[in-house]
Amino acid sequence: MSPKKIEPVRKEQLIKVSQARAFQLFTEKMDRWWPRTNSGRKPETKEMFLECREGGRWYEIGVDDSLFTWGKVLIWSPPEKLILAWQINAEFKYDPNLVTEVEINFIEEGPKLTRLTLEHRNIEKVGVNAHAFWTSVDGGWRIVLDSIRKMAENS
Amino acid sequence: MANAAAALQALGDSTRRQIFERLARRPLAVVDIANEFPISRPAVSQHLKVLKDAGLVIVHEQGTRRLYQVDPKGVELMRQYLDRLWDKSLASFKAFAELEGEEK
Repeated sequence: MSPKKIEPVRKEQLIKVSQARAFQLFTEKMDRWWPRTNSGRKPETKEMFLECREGGRWYEIGVDDSLFTWGKVLIWSPPEKLILAWQINAEFKYDPNLVTEVEINFIEEGPKLTRLTLEHRNIEKVGVNAHAFWTSVDGGWRIVLDSIRKMAENS
Repeated sequence: MANAAAALQALGDSTRRQIFERLARRPLAVVDIANEFPISRPAVSQHLKVLKDAGLVIVHEQGTRRLYQVDPKGVELMRQYLDRLWDKSLASFKAFAELEGEEK
């Protein structure tokens, strides 16, 4: 049975830099802006990396030097478009068989003004396996809840 | 689909969040929850209604008992998590990019 379709997460942000610069900073400098509270996992994030090419890995290094993979680059089309595969399942683990797409567009609004649009779709794929562990105390629920709580407290 | 905005709001209340976390472990009836929390049954029912309306829990009948459980599909909660994550991330990116400015 295919999972019930769920509305993608859509975001938009106006950035006062050029399109090329916005794309460059978003990708090459992800480590500088990626919120450290994003995963809510332990160990906490030390460094965040995006390999700037099609098929490039998207991963972080924890404060204990452990590697945690988020996904990969599906489409690399500077300076307009970037599509990332988000491959974190509901247990907050990397799952190579899970692909949800994050499409980011950089739209030129002026010489130093860029409209960034983001769409995270196929989210229903993340939730569909949740049934297996929802009874588990240490399962995905707790991690997702902790993440939400942490983000709510930090915002 | 459940009301997306309601999900996070529902979990913003600490009692509701605790109830939700209990339900994530196993299905419970109103009376079970009322025994564990220092609140009345009607108050428990009210909290459960909010969680149910937010699409976070579902109810099923087992004999004469109405058991509440976390919606096993879990999609709504995951969506909430991602919604928050991208809000926060893009705000952080905007602040960073505008501080960096154009390449010198």
